[in-house]
Amino acid sequence: MSDDVQKGFDTYEAGVDRALAKFPERKKTFSTGSKSPVQRLYTPLDDGKRDYVKDIGFPGEYPYTRGVQNTMYRGRLWTMRQYAGFSTAEESNKRYKFLLSQGTTGLSVAFDLPTQIGYDSDHPLSQGEVGKVGVAIDSLADMETLFDGIPLDKVSTSMTINAPAAVLLAMYIAVAEKQGMPADKLEGTIQNDILKEYIARGTYIYPPEPSMRLITDIFAYCSKSVPNWNTISISGYHIREAGSTAAQEVAFTLADGIAYVDAAIKAGLDVDSFGPRLSFFFNAHNDLFEEVAKFRAARRVWAKVMKDRFGAKNPKSLMLRFHTQTGGSTLTAQQPDNNIVRVAIQALAAVLGGTQSLHTNSRDEALALPTEASVRIALRTQQIIAYESGATETIDPLAGSYYVESQTDRIQKEAEAYIAMIDSMGGAVKAIERGYVQQEIQDAAYACQMDIESGDRVVVGMNKFQIKEESPKGLLRVDPIVGEQQVARLKAIRAQRDNARVQTALKALKHAAETTENLMPPILEAVKAYATLGEISDVMRAVFGEYQQKVIL
Amino acid sequence: MERKIRVLVAKPGLDGHDRGAKVIARSLRDAGMEVVYTGLRQTPEQIVSAAIQEDVDVIAMSILSGAHNHLFPRVMELLKEKQIDDVLVIGGGVIPDDDIPGLKAAGIAGVFTPGTPTTETIEFIKNNLKRGK
Repeated sequence: MSDDVQKGFDTYEAGVDRALAKFPERKKTFSTGSKSPVQRLYTPLDDGKRDYVKDIGFPGEYPYTRGVQNTMYRGRLWTMRQYAGFSTAEESNKRYKFLLSQGTTGLSVAFDLPTQIGYDSDHPLSQGEVGKVGVAIDSLADMETLFDGIPLDKVSTSMTINAPAAVLLAMYIAVAEKQGMPADKLEGTIQNDILKEYIARGTYIYPPEPSMRLITDIFAYCSKSVPNWNTISISGYHIREAGSTAAQEVAFTLADGIAYVDAAIKAGLDVDSFGPRLSFFFNAHNDLFEEVAKFRAARRVWAKVMKDRFGAKNPKSLMLRFHTQTGGSTLTAQQPDNNIVRVAIQALAAVLGGTQSLHTNSRDEALALPTEASVRIALRTQQIIAYESGATETIDPLAGSYYVESQTDRIQKEAEAYIAMIDSMGGAVKAIERGYVQQEIQDAAYACQMDIESGDRVVVGMNKFQIKEESPKGLLRVDPIVGEQQVARLKAIRAQRDNARVQTALKALKHAAETTENLMPPILEAVKAYATLGEISDVMRAVFGEYQQKVIL
Repeated sequence: MERKIRVLVAKPGLDGHDRGAKVIARSLRDAGMEVVYTGLRQTPEQIVSAAIQEDVDVIAMSILSGAHNHLFPRVMELLKEKQIDDVLVIGGGVIPDDDIPGLKAAGIAGVFTPGTPTTETIEFIKNNLKRGK
């Protein structure tokens, strides 16, 4: 059979060569969105030695190339989980209720920068930043308002919080307790991925060693007390947004994952005690086929890592479960309605790639936080894919495509090579210290910008098909009075709370931080005493120190 | 020999998005300028201090967090306090069109929003330098 295919292919190619003389192709080179070369045609000749059972397999079975659940979306759709939050807890609570009323099936909390970096709203560095990129949370009181009227036993919540993740998790547990929900019933996720903060996102507080300790403390605590909680969302989204290629996104994310597993094992945890509750977070850019291949490759690579490298035995430890967000950096300020189309393609890629949870960006992404109208369209995009596109009628529909399987293998190979490179440097923490990961990402980002400016990479509406634009109207703006409101609220909390209890709690936290005690119990007590996020974070700052970013240009 | 244009690329405030700042910094270098990049989490005080120390002709600030209305004018205030009026100050990032007139009134000479080619920023700097005039 393959002799016939080869003969046929050779004839086809000869015909193309003749045609090219008269009708050249549109470009000199054709490549994926990540600049990987793409053949004119893929055929059975590209299948090589690939073995269906070993390499592709079945959904819900090792190596999980086709998906981590055996019925996938036929059993249950992905969670429609829109990242949201701005201004005060009251405002964000309103937005969450709006989203739930429109059909989101999970919550996702965006915190403002002071909260993400462990500063109270009245800290000098918080000026101008309060409530701008997410909700301001200074204490348990704000958290109670944030989830007021939202049943935490019916809805799972993902919180995009990293350096102070332990504190926000403790607050969530405390809020649930007040609602009468025991911690062992809670479902949700904390991002809690400090390595990518050093690499690409920038909301770090402490240096790597104490940060890893905080993370492994959370793994240990949750495995006993909050067993249905995803303790980490090992992220590639931000790495990709910073400019990496698709293969680098997989490689650097999984390398970070390896570092976390290593740290947890070193801390004395059994891999299967925390393995099942690791989760991941990937991007979805425009090249649908490359993105689908990327998700499939990521599952296959991680399954092998957990099985072969770490000897995990529980099948759940081998399953790469992930959330996806469509690529913000691909969206334009020019002709913003075009972004609805981009997001639809990206969301479809995530679904065809088997994501467990999905956030779709709004059309105003390059301009401001989304209005209700914009986020509703983003949500409808998911719903149309789910109910109208046919993409959920069968599992992993692109499997077997000569092109997609070829790209899946290619991304696997490239990712594994990067992981080996990082291994040779001593792992992700060392590679970050050296600036290796950051440099790779920057180089890719610069190349991308140069391609856009040369016209090699077309961005519709931006460097081709431009129009004369009016200033956009009706964008969301965060009222600057939010800063003042939060400061006033803080004053009130500090006056009303039992300050003796707070001081005792902070002292106990300091002691725990100085020893190897698990930090979650003392953080939980401090949170319940209405110690503020800043006060708690500062105790740890005093013990752990602060991370000094090395400037890598 | 002509003195190279010296630029301080800075990230004011808590915003951790540095892709744009790094791309700008590199493109300015490739265009023959001398560039110092501050890294993240610079206060207005730190930015002005670095600008003086590095003796720059241009301060280029990148911000995506929405805190520009507080931080950019604060930088201009500090420059005024130090009686520095010959440094070209520009900004970029996610800055609503509606905010640009206010920033310009405060002394930010140019604001470069998403989609601006680096060539445009480079030309603007070359054509609007205050020093050596």
